[in-house]
Amino acid sequence: MSRLGTITRRSFMGLGAATTGGLAVGYYFYTKPFPNPLATMAAEGDAVFNPYVKIAPDNTITIITPRAEMGQGVHTTLAALAAEELDVSLDQINVEHGLPGKAYYNEAMIVDGGPFPFFDEGFIAKNARGSMKVVSRFLALQMTGGSSATIDAFVKMREAGCAARLVLLEAAAYHWAVDAKTLQTAGGIITNPANGATMTYGTIATAAAYLKPPSDLPLRPSSEWKILGKSQPRIEGLEKVTGGRIFGIDVQLPDMLYGTVKISPRFGVGAVSVNKTSALQVDGVLDVIEIETTTGSGFGIIAENTWAAFQGAEALEVEWATPDYPADTGGMKSTLDTAMATKADFTLGKAGNVEKEFGKTASDNFFEAIYDVPYLAHTTMEPMNATAHFQDGKLQMWIGSQAPGLAQSTCASLLDIDPSDVTVNTMRMGGGFGRRAEVDVALYAAAMAAKTDGRPIKVTWSREEDTRHDTYRPMAKGRFRASLTDDGAITGLDVGIASPSILTSVLGRTFPSLPVGGPEKIMLEGAFDQPLTIPNRRYNAHIADLPIPVGFWRSVGNSFNGFFQESFIDEVAHNSGKDPLEFRLSMMNEDEHFPAREALKKVAEMANWGSALPAGKGQGIAHTLSFGTWVAQVVQVDVTDGTVKIEKVWCVADLGLVLDPANVKAQMMSGIVYGLSQALGQEITFSNHEVEQSNFHDYDAMRMHQCPEIIVELLENSHRMGGAGEPGTPPSTPALANAIFAASGKRIRNMPLSHAIDFT
Amino acid sequence: MNLTINGTPHTFEAAADMPLLWVLRDILDIKGPKFGCGVAACGACTVLINGEPVRSCTYRVGDVEGEITTVEGLSEGNNLHAVQKAWLAHQVPQCGYCQSGQIMAAVALLNTTPNPSDADIDDAMTNLCRCGTYPKIKAAIKDAATALEANK
Repeated sequence: MSRLGTITRRSFMGLGAATTGGLAVGYYFYTKPFPNPLATMAAEGDAVFNPYVKIAPDNTITIITPRAEMGQGVHTTLAALAAEELDVSLDQINVEHGLPGKAYYNEAMIVDGGPFPFFDEGFIAKNARGSMKVVSRFLALQMTGGSSATIDAFVKMREAGCAARLVLLEAAAYHWAVDAKTLQTAGGIITNPANGATMTYGTIATAAAYLKPPSDLPLRPSSEWKILGKSQPRIEGLEKVTGGRIFGIDVQLPDMLYGTVKISPRFGVGAVSVNKTSALQVDGVLDVIEIETTTGSGFGIIAENTWAAFQGAEALEVEWATPDYPADTGGMKSTLDTAMATKADFTLGKAGNVEKEFGKTASDNFFEAIYDVPYLAHTTMEPMNATAHFQDGKLQMWIGSQAPGLAQSTCASLLDIDPSDVTVNTMRMGGGFGRRAEVDVALYAAAMAAKTDGRPIKVTWSREEDTRHDTYRPMAKGRFRASLTDDGAITGLDVGIASPSILTSVLGRTFPSLPVGGPEKIMLEGAFDQPLTIPNRRYNAHIADLPIPVGFWRSVGNSFNGFFQESFIDEVAHNSGKDPLEFRLSMMNEDEHFPAREALKKVAEMANWGSALPAGKGQGIAHTLSFGTWVAQVVQVDVTDGTVKIEKVWCVADLGLVLDPANVKAQMMSGIVYGLSQALGQEITFSNHEVEQSNFHDYDAMRMHQCPEIIVELLENSHRMGGAGEPGTPPSTPALANAIFAASGKRIRNMPLSHAIDFT
Repeated sequence: MNLTINGTPHTFEAAADMPLLWVLRDILDIKGPKFGCGVAACGACTVLINGEPVRSCTYRVGDVEGEITTVEGLSEGNNLHAVQKAWLAHQVPQCGYCQSGQIMAAVALLNTTPNPSDADIDDAMTNLCRCGTYPKIKAAIKDAATALEANK
């Protein structure tokens, strides 16, 4: 990695370091525009306006939406941003993901990566966000994650549409020898109202593309929006109800081979010995090759069809080496306990003086609870797969990737070719949830494509391989201790979170040459950064040294810290004899907490919170601010004969600005089901150094008969735009645990809740 | 081997114990049925054999007797099946990967139970969806039932 990379890397982690010399070195790089990826991919005759818009002479209008469409509707909303300003309708445009390019880097994902609450608009937080903008430009990561795609695109893609429209108008005005201001646009057609003359964008596009748009682009105010702010049908909806061939797994190429992988089920180690005989005897198996990468080592099975490859993988006899991490989940829990007992690695969210407050609090006035959650797998519906074709030193790939640029660069390194010789076609994804930001699946396919004598190969993982080689949501433990007034109010809060480091794991396998440093805010997010006024508080992070691959799982740290903290607040409320809603509101005193208060009040109103419920029923409430979106939820359960039925979920989300209400509501619903699924029995456990679960029979998710009615309302009180894909997840689990307590008096502090109580 | 799929006869070579799913996807290039688990646990591979829903990932091709319908065979020309129309009206799909199987399971349900209750839907629709589209699936099935009834 270059010096530049090292500098940006350090500042990415530690903030502020970018100003110590990195800027002076890198200023040229910062100001130099990235190349336009469309310049190479446009067909002959296409007029390319910017990295997002191209128009063919026949008026085929293509909008590039360079983020992963994995179910969250991002292609529709991003296309709507450009279409709104271009004055075209969504049903008349083509929408393509496009090739990877630094021009498509994600600034918004990085900007709020500093250790500050979303609502902190103080000098230091704002300054840090400014520095992070610079850092994001250096990193130039084209990544879909952090619920950031729409926030990142909000200005740039509207500007792309606006810039294209303005030069089209200017070219038409020149052609007709009139003033551009007198012309009108609608539906991809330019009209001169003075004489009724019309022309399509396509007619004038080639000429227009030579013109330079003004630097100041007059974006339309929201009051003039025709598409944005209104629910849109998904642009790929028809394909998704007719079996359209849109996923990576559907790729079919001439002369294509099929394959699968058998990667070491013990992380960080490879094979001691292998016997390929039985595998090669399977009808249709052609070859078994060694795979050695930064993400794992093992074997690739090359075959005439996927079924043969799967059978070959099963028949392959391998003895795997023994790693030095604990053999089972019990040992891993001990590692967490050891970390928790050791001095904190870093502290965030400090206020007042916890030790002093605790010192003067009577011993009866403390409340303490310990929570824990297991490793979790993503289990996207579409198992990991990638298709690769390596011929004449050039690699072509088809893959559902949340980080196509990383797939490109890491595969180039693996095959020792230039990244410009790697073409990545990003396919639609059967779920992502963070799993498809990883490069392992691309690396294995590239390694196998290098051994097929120039034939393309589609490499599909079995569900078992997918479940046992995930980049898991880390296990975590939370210790919460509060000092209380005689009246039960919280005066001090001491929090310890023990968990393995996600960034160490991700960077180790993706950028092995880069060092890790600085506070990893994701370990504490969902706890330290919440809208709660507690005069004395601190959040300590205790990093547990466990080499199990961990990664970004829908809502990341918020997925466990939200559960811990919102369960704890609920416990304290009940312990103090207070209503859990009123108790929360009493701690949300600052002006900037306004969206949280409104969301909670609204959801309580929807759920008729506080009204008497029949015996066996109970409601639980929770609020988590994550990815810039304030989400309050009430879960209602029925507990009869010790079995929980999740009946209803009410959800209020405040994103500040809603671009597509129906889609945002669908994302909240999705996040809730994804979150609640954990409680029903999801856990990844280890024995003999290997993951014990393998398929949906032992790692399931919520099914139709378990799914509650879900009612979502949206608010727009927040001062900045928030994301949609992840924020629905964090409050769902504490609201459920709190509801079970309300209904049954049973407090469950460990995930999955199903260990302590049955679900329907 | 010979099979009639979506009304079209196909002749191909495959071992009798090869799962129908892989015959469809890898040999016949019919990509609507999806691979999700390989153990009949998720339903992404659901197709109809003589109108009955089966999980093709564990159904030996040698055991198939009758005509196969996949999601590609539901619409007549550009005219979508009532279930597909309802799926679009409710904007059911998110990632969409499980929806071919969900739609086939719903078609099979409505063939036998034209006016399904919530409990009927819970019993019949055991397919997994990781995007959490269940409430919309339920609503879409009810709308499709109404539409099919009206067209009788």
